This record gives sequence, C-alpha cells and structure tokens, in this order.
Amino acid sequence: MDKKLVVSSSPHILIKESTPKIMYTVTASLIPAGIGAVYFFGIRALWIMLIGIVSAVITEFVIAKMLKKPVTVTDGSAVLTGLLLSYNVSVQVPLWMPAVGAFFGIAVGKMVFGGLGYNPMNPALLGRAFLLASWPAKMTVFDKAVPQGGTVSGIDMMTSATPLNVYKSSHEILANSSQYSIEKVQQANEALGKLYDSIEGLFWGKIGGCIGETSAALLLLGAAFLMYKRYIGWKIPFFYIGTVAVLSWIFGAPDSYFGGNVLFALFSGGLILGAFYMATDMVTSPVTFRGRIYFGIGCGVITFIIRRYGGYPEGVSYSILLMNLVAPLLDRYTQPKIFGGRKKK
Amino acid sequence: MLRKKTFTGGVHPPEFKSEGEKKKVETCPAPKTAIIPVSQHIGAPAQPVVERGDTVKIGDVVAKAGGFVSAPVHATISGKVKKIEKRPHPLGQNVLSVIIENDQADEWNPDIQFDEQYEKQSTAEMIQRISAAGLAGMGGATFPTHVKVKPPDNKKIDTVILNGAECEPFLTADHRLMLEEPERVLKGLQLIMRILGAQTGLIGIENNKPDAVRVMKAKVNELGLPYKVTSLPVKYPQGAEKQLIKALKNRKVPAGGLPMDVGCVVQNVGTAAAVYDAIAYKKPLIERIVSVAGPAIKEPKNLLVRIGTPFAEVLECCGGPTEEMGKLIMGGPMMGLAQYTLDAPVIKGTSGLIAMKETQSFRPPETVCISCAHCVDVCPMGLVPKALGQFVKHERYNDAKSYHILDCIECGSCSYVCPAHINLVHLVKFGKLKVIEQQKKAG
Repeated sequence: MDKKLVVSSSPHILIKESTPKIMYTVTASLIPAGIGAVYFFGIRALWIMLIGIVSAVITEFVIAKMLKKPVTVTDGSAVLTGLLLSYNVSVQVPLWMPAVGAFFGIAVGKMVFGGLGYNPMNPALLGRAFLLASWPAKMTVFDKAVPQGGTVSGIDMMTSATPLNVYKSSHEILANSSQYSIEKVQQANEALGKLYDSIEGLFWGKIGGCIGETSAALLLLGAAFLMYKRYIGWKIPFFYIGTVAVLSWIFGAPDSYFGGNVLFALFSGGLILGAFYMATDMVTSPVTFRGRIYFGIGCGVITFIIRRYGGYPEGVSYSILLMNLVAPLLDRYTQPKIFGGRKKK
Repeated sequence: MLRKKTFTGGVHPPEFKSEGEKKKVETCPAPKTAIIPVSQHIGAPAQPVVERGDTVKIGDVVAKAGGFVSAPVHATISGKVKKIEKRPHPLGQNVLSVIIENDQADEWNPDIQFDEQYEKQSTAEMIQRISAAGLAGMGGATFPTHVKVKPPDNKKIDTVILNGAECEPFLTADHRLMLEEPERVLKGLQLIMRILGAQTGLIGIENNKPDAVRVMKAKVNELGLPYKVTSLPVKYPQGAEKQLIKALKNRKVPAGGLPMDVGCVVQNVGTAAAVYDAIAYKKPLIERIVSVAGPAIKEPKNLLVRIGTPFAEVLECCGGPTEEMGKLIMGGPMMGLAQYTLDAPVIKGTSGLIAMKETQSFRPPETVCISCAHCVDVCPMGLVPKALGQFVKHERYNDAKSYHILDCIECGSCSYVCPAHINLVHLVKFGKLKVIEQQKKAG
C-alpha cells in the first residue's frame, strides 16, 4: 500500500459539537422571546435587535482586522452578544444606543482581552452597564414600553414604569409610611396589590420592561431547549433564582419577615433572562461543580441586595458582572474532589 | 438502599457494535511470516533465547522474561527463525522481534496438553504456569498477569472482578468470547480466585450486551458457581479498572493507588480464558480474538489471530480495507493507537483493529477554549482537564501536578466532548511525562 496512514493521538472519534454550533443554538433559543418582543412592542423592537447584532459583528470584524488577528466573527458569539444586548434595553431607546452598547461590549468587553474565550466579563452586560452609566435617563424610560393590551401598574406614579420600579417606590413609601400622606400610602398599597395581581401578565409578557425580558414563558421555553442540549447547566440558574426567591420571601415584604411575594420577584425584571442566558455564559462562569453553585448564590444575593436596598430598581446585570470577576477565583478554590480522594502529601 | 451501579462522569460515544457483535469468531489463517516482538507487555522486554536458523514449534519460548515484571514470548507458528531484528511495533517504535518463517506444518510443542490434575496444582505452580505462558492483560493494558495475581503479602484480596464491559466503540471481541466460550472464562475466574484466596467473584458487563449477560448467568448457574453477573449501564469508560470497581463494589481506589489497595483484582474476560488455558493446558498466549471493524473495512469480523500476524494479513482476512482507509487504529477509537504501517504485528494487547475513512481521520482545527466545562463534567477522575491543558500549554508543570495531572487515566472523554476540538488528553499525556521527568530530576 503506498498511501500514507494518518497518525494522530487518541481519541479518534469526536462528538459533533463546535463553538459556532453552540453559539448559534443559543441564539436560536432566544428567537421565541424575540418574536414575543416584536408582538408586544411592535416592529421597533426588531430594528433594535438588528442594529445590536450588526454593530457587534462589524465591531468584532474591524477590530480583528486592525489587530491582524484571525477573523472568527462567523463563530456566532458576536451575533449572540449583539442580540443579548438589545434584549437588555427598552424599546424606547434611541436607535444609536444599541449600536454604541454593542460596540462597547465587543470592543472593551471582549476584543481588548484577546477575543472570545478570554473575556472576563459578559460583553453584552458590560455594554448595557456602559449605556446605563452613560445615559441613565434614556436607559430607564419605559412609559411607552407597555405591551399591547398589557398593564404596567395602573397608576401614574412615575415616568419610568417597569414593575420593579413601581415595586421599589411603593416599597419605599410603605416602609416609611409615617413620612407620607395617607393617600400616598394607600396608593402605594394599591399599586403593590395590582402588581401582585399582574403576575400572570409578568409570566406571559404583558408587562413593561426591556425588550427581551418581558415574557418569562418564552425565555423559559428557549432555556429548556438549551438545557436539553446541555448547553446550559441547571446549577447556576437554579441557585441564582433559588437564592433570589428565598431572600425575597424572607426580606421582601416592606414591614414584616417571611412575607415577600416570591413569584413577583422571580418573573419581574431581567431575572429569568439573566439567570438562564447571561449568568450561564460559558466563558465567564466557573467550570467546577461547586464553583457554579457559589456563582449562582452570589448572583442571587447581589441581585436581591441591589433590588431591595440599592439605588437601582434592578440588579441582575451588575450582580452577574461582579460575579464574573470572581469566577476564576471560584474555580481555583473549588477544584473537584478527585476520584479516590486527595493524595497524602 | 438501591445504589445505581455506575461512576460519576463519563461519555456516551456511539457504539458502532451492531455489525461486529453478531459475527461468530473465525480463525484467521496463520501468517506466512510471524513477527514476534520481545516487548508486548508493560515492563522489561523479554530476551531472545533462539538464534537465526533454529527450528521452533508452536508454543516454544523464543524469548524469556527479562525480569519479574516481564513476560516471555512464544513461537505462534512452527518453522524456522529467519531473523532477529528490529521491526515496526504497534506502539510506534521499532522493537527487536523474532521473525519466524512458517513451514505450514502447524506443529505444536508436545508439552501443551490437557492436564487432568490441573485443579489440584499448588498456588505456586499455577502462578508459575501463568508466568510461563507469558500472559499479559488482554484488554489492552498488557500488564503481566502473574504479577497481578501475586500481590504483596500485606494486601488481602477478597474480590476478583472480571471486566466484560467492553466500553470502547466498535470492539466486540470480549462480547463474542463471553457468548461462545463462557465456560473457559468462568473456569479462568475460578482459578484466579483460588490463587488469590478471594471469596467474591463479580462479572461486569455493559447492558448493551444482554445476550452475554444471559449466557454468562446461565453458565454460572449451570456450573453451580457463586459468582455474580452484573449488567452495568452503558457509559464510557465503564471498563476502566477504578470505575468498574466503583460501579460493582462501591469501593474507591485511593488516588495514586491500585485496585489491590481496596482488596480487588480486575481481569479482562479474555485474560481469564487465557489463564484457564495456561493452567489446564500449559498453553502459552499465542493467539487472541481481535475485532476488525470500522467504516473502512469491507467485512467486519471477529478473528482468532495468531500473535505476530502482520496487520495487513488480518485486514486481508476481512476483505481488506477499502480505498477510503485513512487511519488504522489498534484498540478502540477512544484510547487506541493510530498505526503508521500495516507491517506491524498483532500483539498480546491487540483487542481490535479499527479502520477509519480518510475523511474521518483528521481532527477539526483547534479553536479557543470557551470554558464550557464539558470536560470537567465528563472527567471520571474528577479532574479539571481544561486547566490541565492550559498549564501544559504554558509549561506550568508544577501547577499541573498540583491539579493532579498524574491521576488522569487517559480515557479521552475530555477530548471527545470538547467543542473547541482541543485534544486535552494529548496535552495531559505530554504533561504527565514532563511531570514525571521533573520528579526524577528532583530525586
């Protein structure tokens, strides 16, 4: 036989997986929520998504060219970042904002560190944090971000009107009820009551908020698919959401313990989106079994603290960004127990 | 409480066994020229005791054991010793080999005969017969069997486990052996247990071989033996020693330890059958069952092959490889060794020959690690392959050592699942060598 044989190291068979396949599958799993967003908010939501994606892809392409690095923009990670960023803004933001956010996320959050695989923080969340810090007023306008047939709160208490906003200000009033007029307190009570009545709406998406975070149902649908494909594990979402649930139950009510409304805490804001799609980002989350558990708990604690005591109504993105930074440390200190225990030195 | 009989981690590669498992074992014609390497086992190479021009019969010793952890090798055909020279070896280097030209007389060494008194032999005599027969673990690791059945006095063995898991894709040799000759296997187990003074005999078989489980159970009952045949969930690497002990006995071999540290000895089913032959017939290990399979083989078969038969002749017996063959693997596709020449011979550890198409022979290009943690999830040893790979790439061998690189069993599960196509187990194997080198230097 004159043909040469290929010699390579074992194993000689491989699972049919690749980074692009993972990235595009995750992107695809977000499509139901995207369709939902267009249905709830109108076609403008679609433009924001497309602008986010295009900006992310172009940014990565141009920077890779400039740095004379191999262009891997087709691996789908930039598309995913752009989409996730657009899911994290209100439908009312000016159209240049998703472009700027995606640019910042990719350029500063990812390419500066060497591209995919080396970024310490989730680029989409970093982009959002940048937008929120730079144009807080524009980022928190939600008064027209009300789905068709949906309701925000029924009362005109503030300009920005996500359920968490209403929750936070009502809470504020009820906790210090002596300082407010009786009408105010009554209004706040009513508002909270209406919020809690609207949980069904929260779940299906008939409620104001960012583009991608409204419909918990559609997000969960995509997440279930990803779990089935094993692209996301159960640990981070479970411990993240579980921590928020427990803390919200214990400390969530304005005037007593163990009286918080758990379902409201779970389905409002970006918790579902964050827990299933952002905290589970492979690159920026821990790889070890216990590391992922601590990571989820840490995200949950920080989210709850920001929501309950912090200056912002929502804490999902900051909590994940902060935990991203400790992920390498978590990995280091949570090495799995090796089979047969540790060797005696 | 019911305990799930398994271990943590592991992967589920496609099995590819459907064709081979139905094929009865056929005999591959004896080679025209047998190439018998003096090193077919872990340990010191054997030393040739024949010279050019000598006439040998089947079963004659051609090279004696080179130490305690070593094994003799025997003539597997009758004929004339043509040469003693270095020849290609399946492990990749040229190894001193005894080349015998077949005289087609098929003449056996007259000492190889059934010994009616075999069961009454002393333990020492039994071990002597195993040692003289040149037995080495036939699952592929080729550790000399007489060493394994003679643990140090302070290690009490209570359990002997027969490994019939055959968890590698494509391989069906052990499966066919259990179906066709369960008695030889069980008698081998009986002898090993007698030698070790063990009370418990366990046989672990993956549940993708329900017929083998059935046949073995029936045979155990028929012979009135107290052994337990267990059907194990299909998961690679179920047949790895430590994982098998965990699944069957729920004992964990300590890190850096051996099965005998938890009172167990694990033998491949093929080795057990060979133990029976060695003690009852004084028959040396001169032939073995080889699964010939893979997408580039015309007709997959299970063949009884004389050791020393060149791969080319074994493939020929299955209609030869197809035009598309790009890679030939000795062993299974998960841990087997890619061959560079078809001139290398079948050795004691050749459990299979798998021919892959050229289109399946190359790994896709490596991309960047995205920390998906799939390698961590599947590692049956509880390691962090991703970190080990990075340490080795950056030559940080001390870090690799502190991350327990030496505990890797090289099963390849991490490389198998990696979506970035990083050959982690390859990096780890390389790193292990470096770590051991450093340890030696440090004294």
